[in-house]
Amino acid sequence: MGLEASRRPARTRSRAWLRYAPLVTVALFLVPIAAGLLGTALPAFGWLPAIGGRTLTLAPWIRLFSAPGIGTAIALTVGTGLLATVLSVLLVFGLCAQIHGRKPGRTGRGLMAPILAAPHAAMAIGFAFLIAPSGWVVRLLSPWLTGWHQPPDIATVQDPYGIALMLGLLVKEVPYLLLMTFTALGQVPAARQLEAAATLGYGRTVAWLKLVLPQIYPQIRLPIYAVLAYALSVVDMALILGPSNPPTLSVLALRWFTAPEIRMYFPAAAAALLQLAIVLASIVLWRAAEVAVARFGRRWIARGGRQTRLRALTGIAAAAVAGLAGLGLASLVALGVWSFADGWSFPDFLPRHWSTRTWTRQFSMVAWPLETTLVVAVLSSAVALVLVLACLENEQRRGRPASSRALWLLYVPLLVPQIAFLFGAQVLLTVVHLDGSLVAVIWSQLLFVLPYMFLSLAEPWRSLDTRYARTALCLGSSPRRVFLRIKLPLLLRPILVAVAIGLAVSVDQYLPTLFAGAGRVVTLTTEAVTLASGGNRRITGVFALLQSVIPLAAYALAIGMPARLQFHRRQAGSTA
Amino acid sequence: MIRAKALQAAAAIAVLACLWVPPAMAGRWRNILAQARGQTVYFDAWAGDERMDAYIAWVARQVFACCDITLRQVPLEATSQAVSQVIAQKAAGDNTDGTVDLIWINGPNFYALKRRGLLYGPFTQRLPNTALVNTHDKANLYDFTVPVAGYESPWRTAQLVFVYNSAYVKHVPLGISAFPAWAKRHPGRFTFPQVQNFLGVAFLEQALYALTPDPSVLLRPVRTADFATVTAPLWAWYDRLRPYLWRHGREFPASGPAERELLQDGEIDLMPSFNPAGAAADVEAGLLPRSVRTVGLTHGTIGNTSFVAIPYNSPHKAGAMVVANFLLSPAAQARAGNVRYLGGPTVLDVAKLTAAERALFTAQSDSPWGARRAALRRVLAEPNPTWARRLAEAWERRYTP
Repeated sequence: MGLEASRRPARTRSRAWLRYAPLVTVALFLVPIAAGLLGTALPAFGWLPAIGGRTLTLAPWIRLFSAPGIGTAIALTVGTGLLATVLSVLLVFGLCAQIHGRKPGRTGRGLMAPILAAPHAAMAIGFAFLIAPSGWVVRLLSPWLTGWHQPPDIATVQDPYGIALMLGLLVKEVPYLLLMTFTALGQVPAARQLEAAATLGYGRTVAWLKLVLPQIYPQIRLPIYAVLAYALSVVDMALILGPSNPPTLSVLALRWFTAPEIRMYFPAAAAALLQLAIVLASIVLWRAAEVAVARFGRRWIARGGRQTRLRALTGIAAAAVAGLAGLGLASLVALGVWSFADGWSFPDFLPRHWSTRTWTRQFSMVAWPLETTLVVAVLSSAVALVLVLACLENEQRRGRPASSRALWLLYVPLLVPQIAFLFGAQVLLTVVHLDGSLVAVIWSQLLFVLPYMFLSLAEPWRSLDTRYARTALCLGSSPRRVFLRIKLPLLLRPILVAVAIGLAVSVDQYLPTLFAGAGRVVTLTTEAVTLASGGNRRITGVFALLQSVIPLAAYALAIGMPARLQFHRRQAGSTA
Repeated sequence: MIRAKALQAAAAIAVLACLWVPPAMAGRWRNILAQARGQTVYFDAWAGDERMDAYIAWVARQVFACCDITLRQVPLEATSQAVSQVIAQKAAGDNTDGTVDLIWINGPNFYALKRRGLLYGPFTQRLPNTALVNTHDKANLYDFTVPVAGYESPWRTAQLVFVYNSAYVKHVPLGISAFPAWAKRHPGRFTFPQVQNFLGVAFLEQALYALTPDPSVLLRPVRTADFATVTAPLWAWYDRLRPYLWRHGREFPASGPAERELLQDGEIDLMPSFNPAGAAADVEAGLLPRSVRTVGLTHGTIGNTSFVAIPYNSPHKAGAMVVANFLLSPAAQARAGNVRYLGGPTVLDVAKLTAAERALFTAQSDSPWGARRAALRRVLAEPNPTWARRLAEAWERRYTP
């Protein structure tokens, strides 16, 4: 630390702007979100002069809580959101314990990439087709086994308990958490610790849970919170897989926000605030559970038990993850098949006729949104990458990870339901005459791209052994050189993964693009979701495949990173 | 060959239609055309249907060719998105530079904007082609009983019909009262979109028309009627139907297209639709099996008209008016009426057209999959827009667990 301190003056001169990186980043975020939240909070209490709300009142809340099925809707939201998150986390830990943190091979990671890259809405549409009573699974077994010549009248999709929604969330969120866990694992000397544990007679599974998990949990805490917030407030997946009578709270809010009767805007705003409260309360609850589990876990670890029966449980978890991955991949394949189908009715397992007509017909319609999507995704990811690296570098040079406290604010967009601040933010954009511009859309996506990239990059960056940098500094390298020649190459894989996530998140954004773009900026996703509202699986297939290609390319790059660079890194690692 | 020639002729007429003006309004219209030149018109339109998108793309090519207008479709998932945008702009005091130039709109969304004075107009009397509109059809003059009064221009008509798969069912109910018995014989094979969707609530309105003793109350605002008494027969009827609906009436498809998907997958055999030619067009597009048929109801069904309107703060009103006028041209109407593109009856009074223009319409014959025109003679007026919301609310209150 003394060394860091002595170097500070020189750095401040050369890179003064780095100091402001966190400030700029946070300002870019907080002002519009605060404005957006205010724009939601006021109508929730009856204030929106444009549509005649000129008194503060509790009427919107009374309307909200007297809405038919509101209790069911809240229970459904909380139940599916919490359960999906708990299960995701347990499955990820189970799988990691089972393979005791060994990173999956290139094939395993390669299979995960399409699921990570596919937008939530597209995945949901494919998954719905897979499990529907007239879907692929039933078609596989009909009529030879089931005897069904017509699909049975069973609610396997949009079931009243939200099981299909929860499964859909698991399909998407488990791979994401796995990716985050693997990234975190790279920063822990797990192999050596497991060896040490083995000499003490611990099986690898137990050793992983007792030794490695407690070290990586703090690194993946935020991703877990993000998953929790997402699962509680998801809109597009809930529209497709969740029940509609009543739907989840976020869908109810959206339904009211877009109701022809404009006065419904008031209870909609109240519902959005309630959604926010549910998310915040769930995070607090999760934090409390963490403390409790940690207390219990510490005793469990200290007792020194060598439980061997755990393997059965983790085996089940690993099988479940494999099953989910299979479902995810099959959903995407189903969409691909649909995009080439020409007449495909129950109970045919494959289309009777194939055709490229959907692709050729859509070809001319796709060019413009594809270009916009690319521009927005690349620019927002690039801006985000620069800001994230600047913030992280600033934090390290100033030797103050404490400044990361302010950066917690970055995660606000991930934790606040989109529905709660986007309308208010749109009013703000209109005031500064930016609505409908590409800049506005890039900014709105940055709100989500940046935190996700920060999430995936911060821990690897912070956990990088500081001795590399220190050694280089001692040998006379400038901080700039250390950054370019040591840190960037060592962290190339996490950086590429972060970029891939950034691109995927950008391509995935529906509501922000819609609100900031005033509907004028058309991306593959806005096009896909509107077409999905038309229920045409063929076109959805075309768009979903196109949407997945962009982030998939980046994932492929991160996963298949040139062996030479990896070798470089291993060498560096072995000298540690 | 014949088709190619017809298309060429249609295109020629299309271009002419943009330029032809009755002498009396020639000067003013020429001004509008001149102002419109070079404008980019953002057309906010529901975009769940690829054929509609393709049709609007065709319109864009025509207005660009004839009038140098760039038409951009803003795809909406729900029309209310555009409505809330205009309201957000009003909230921000953006009164001259709005982002929406033209909206495909009708019913409650129109009522919502018009009531707040957020629509530009009256403008339709300035469009030369307004003179061709069929004024015998009240649906072109009253949008869900609300007088249009020049604030929106018609372009499509719709009428409630029922589409069924004749491979599985031979007979379908031709009257509302026959639905419960039919459903009991075919449990789980009929459904309609959720009541928050306009088609879903239209099915309830259709039933109310048939069941309530005095349907004329539906044409007045709901507050003037004794809602409980008027709707009592509807709920009694619905309680008999409900157990035999798809998913036992607990879950409903989100929209018309979602319901069509169910018909295609064989999950249901019968569904309501708002486009008499929709099934025919869907068969042509490979979206429905060739065994589908379309019927109306013996005592008539609800009809309505789709309009386009211009928000008060549109910066491209002239361009929007030229597009609205083009949508009313015989060429555009004939193409929209052709099941190869969209299908559906025209809003024009064919008697007012020239012989050549009339030929564009008479060339089209009934398709085996769509509804026969003769079966749809009786059109019932869409109830006052206040009924849709009250009905949906009452339904939600009764049937949401």
